[in-house]
Amino acid sequence: MLKFIKHHMETIDGIGLYPVISFVIFFSIFLIALLYVRKAGQSHIEHMATMPLEDTHTPNEHQEHARP
Amino acid sequence: MIERFQYDNRIAKNFLFITILWGAVGMLVGLYAALELVLPDLNLVKWITFGRIRPLHTNAVIFAFVGNAFFAGAYYSMQRLLKTRMFSDVLSNIHFWGWQLIILAAAITLPLGMTQGKEYAELEWPIDIAITIVWVVFGINMIGTILKRRERHLYVAIWFYLATWVTVAMLHIVNSFAIPVNFGKSYSWYAGVQDALVQWWYGHNAVAFFLTTPFLGLMYYFLPKAANRPVYSYRLSIIHFWSLIFIYIWAGPHHLLYTALPEWAQSLGMAFSVMLIAPSWGGMLNGLLTLRGAWDRVREDPVLKFFVVAVTCYGMATLEGPLLSVKSINAIAHFTDWIIAHVHIGGIGWNGFLVFGMVYWMVPRLYGSKLYSIKLANMHFWLGTLGIIFYAIPLYFAGFFQSLMWKQFTPDGFLVYKNFLDTVLEIKYAYWLRAFGGTIYFTGVMIMVYNVVKTVKAGKLVANEEAEAPALEKLSAEPAGHWHTWIERRPIQMLVWSLVAVAIGGIVEMVPTFLVKSNVPTISSVKPYTPLELHGRDIYVREGCYTCHSQMVRPFRSETERYGEYSKAGEFVYDHPFQWGSKRTGPDLHRVGAKYPDSWHYYHMLDPTSMSPGSLMPAYPHLFTDVLDTSTTRRKVEAMITLGVPYEKDFPAQANTHLADQSAKIVAELKKGGIEALGDREIIAMIAYLQRIGTDIKNAPKTAAK
Repeated sequence: MLKFIKHHMETIDGIGLYPVISFVIFFSIFLIALLYVRKAGQSHIEHMATMPLEDTHTPNEHQEHARP
Repeated sequence: MIERFQYDNRIAKNFLFITILWGAVGMLVGLYAALELVLPDLNLVKWITFGRIRPLHTNAVIFAFVGNAFFAGAYYSMQRLLKTRMFSDVLSNIHFWGWQLIILAAAITLPLGMTQGKEYAELEWPIDIAITIVWVVFGINMIGTILKRRERHLYVAIWFYLATWVTVAMLHIVNSFAIPVNFGKSYSWYAGVQDALVQWWYGHNAVAFFLTTPFLGLMYYFLPKAANRPVYSYRLSIIHFWSLIFIYIWAGPHHLLYTALPEWAQSLGMAFSVMLIAPSWGGMLNGLLTLRGAWDRVREDPVLKFFVVAVTCYGMATLEGPLLSVKSINAIAHFTDWIIAHVHIGGIGWNGFLVFGMVYWMVPRLYGSKLYSIKLANMHFWLGTLGIIFYAIPLYFAGFFQSLMWKQFTPDGFLVYKNFLDTVLEIKYAYWLRAFGGTIYFTGVMIMVYNVVKTVKAGKLVANEEAEAPALEKLSAEPAGHWHTWIERRPIQMLVWSLVAVAIGGIVEMVPTFLVKSNVPTISSVKPYTPLELHGRDIYVREGCYTCHSQMVRPFRSETERYGEYSKAGEFVYDHPFQWGSKRTGPDLHRVGAKYPDSWHYYHMLDPTSMSPGSLMPAYPHLFTDVLDTSTTRRKVEAMITLGVPYEKDFPAQANTHLADQSAKIVAELKKGGIEALGDREIIAMIAYLQRIGTDIKNAPKTAAK
């Protein structure tokens, strides 16, 4: 086991795979986030967006905050 | 069922007031440091020389001013967004007092010269441990509060707070690994190139996750609050969050372009830095567009004015940052005052103005009163804005033109400005203007202090604000929803995913640098420092020489012509910590070894102007009076052996004998120059180190240095 860790990646050959893997991870997260915000319900988004303005109101009941 | 509870306003108030206090102190120290650059005589005693108070300034404004402001805003907004009091008042208070004690310890130890010599991570290991403990306390308190919330979903501000907490914890722990020599001295676990990469992975992300993400969280709460309208696009804020934390963590190597860092790491850092424009500007536009249709109110409300300039400065700095990460632009800007201007757009523009807006918004509400004077707040706004302009513009000019002077050749191929000092004297005017800008900015802060005091006197602290909200019902079954709705309800998972996001970047950059042998080609002639040189190096670190001098000759003709052979990765393998520096107020020192006789350094350290007329460098008379502490020699060498520096096994025992021999040689050499020097003084060690820097490579057989 220790041998594997010790002598892993001693040369630069194939190192390009690492940034590629991470880029793929990043890009998929980005796509998922994009997909989600496109699909998320309008009422949920509005509820989230108005949260800072509702300090004195009760939460969890969707108040109608007219967007100016 | 409606539950009644109280918001803890006292803790928010405590953090807010201490923010103002430390902010004023940190800015004043910065102003003094700025004046030292034009009036070197202000370096009155060793404790306040530029090299020691520059770290004090940076640490004070980052961790004391911005840090406390984040805590103030987070404690205020979290309770309200989560509809609950903080998890534990005791933890809140431990967090508050613990953090202030850490700052106090920093304010004492940094002027005393106790430093790890890594920018924004200068504090020595006992303080590092204290920071870790207090940070964990904050985390428990924050997560505890989230767990007992009465609001099912987490607003985007809270995600930014969570990401801040988890990332700063990771950065701080990884970068602070060190081996202690004694209570006030330690050596970085990493050496040379690896130390540089870890440090700038930390340093860059200190900007990202201490100065940016927490303040974006504050922006997403306080800007809608002050404008009394929801954020422009909540959808955009989700994209903003995930792409920002994913990309930011990669960008660190842009601080090391054209250095001995492996090329692939430099390119990776540059690519991700350029990509950062997108989320940063998404965030800026989201902030500014929140005010659409309300711009008339910006004219009247000083809070909104401060926020608008803050967010604009955020946009400017985050456009400039990626541009500076492009190698060809970086080649001009790096090591110059351009970078100082850039960070101050972020520091006094984005952070400073957001804090001021927050202060003017929070204080009247915490005290149930009205702001004492809108007029004074407006005056503060204009003084602050002028201060930013007067600070930054001269330094942009100075940085750009000095860099061109460094690179200017005559038609015959010689450097036009052979003497580095000539280029410094050309831009001295800009240093004056910068100090002037800082003074104006500071005056504005003083006006704010007066305004706050008056406001506080007119009201009474609402220490516990009454509130009510229905209890959070347990969901019987998982309702249909999207993954993000899912994660918005699960703070722990959110925390874990944020950590995964930021850890990937760090791992991919660092692991290969540590493991791949060809990244740091060994140079057989590079040998460990002698005990005397090791002491000299520690003095170099203690005096903060790295705040003005780099040790990194970049592979440009203008630099090899001026300094000598460009720096190789293999030359730094025994440098715990690395001392590449990030700013050249003075010339690079990597090839200073053996360049001048010992006597030159002797006179130069005693009075820099005797060797370089007009020099802005402080004099170091205390090196000539203070006796070198050789009681630590053995432990220092042993610590180096632990870190893998190949000294002989029996060397620690003979280290002081070796040290005495080398001191005697330097004293004899000085005598030839007509100087009667005392062999037991610190200056001897300093000379030994300066004469050693970057010389090993000259002894290399031609084949080994390929």
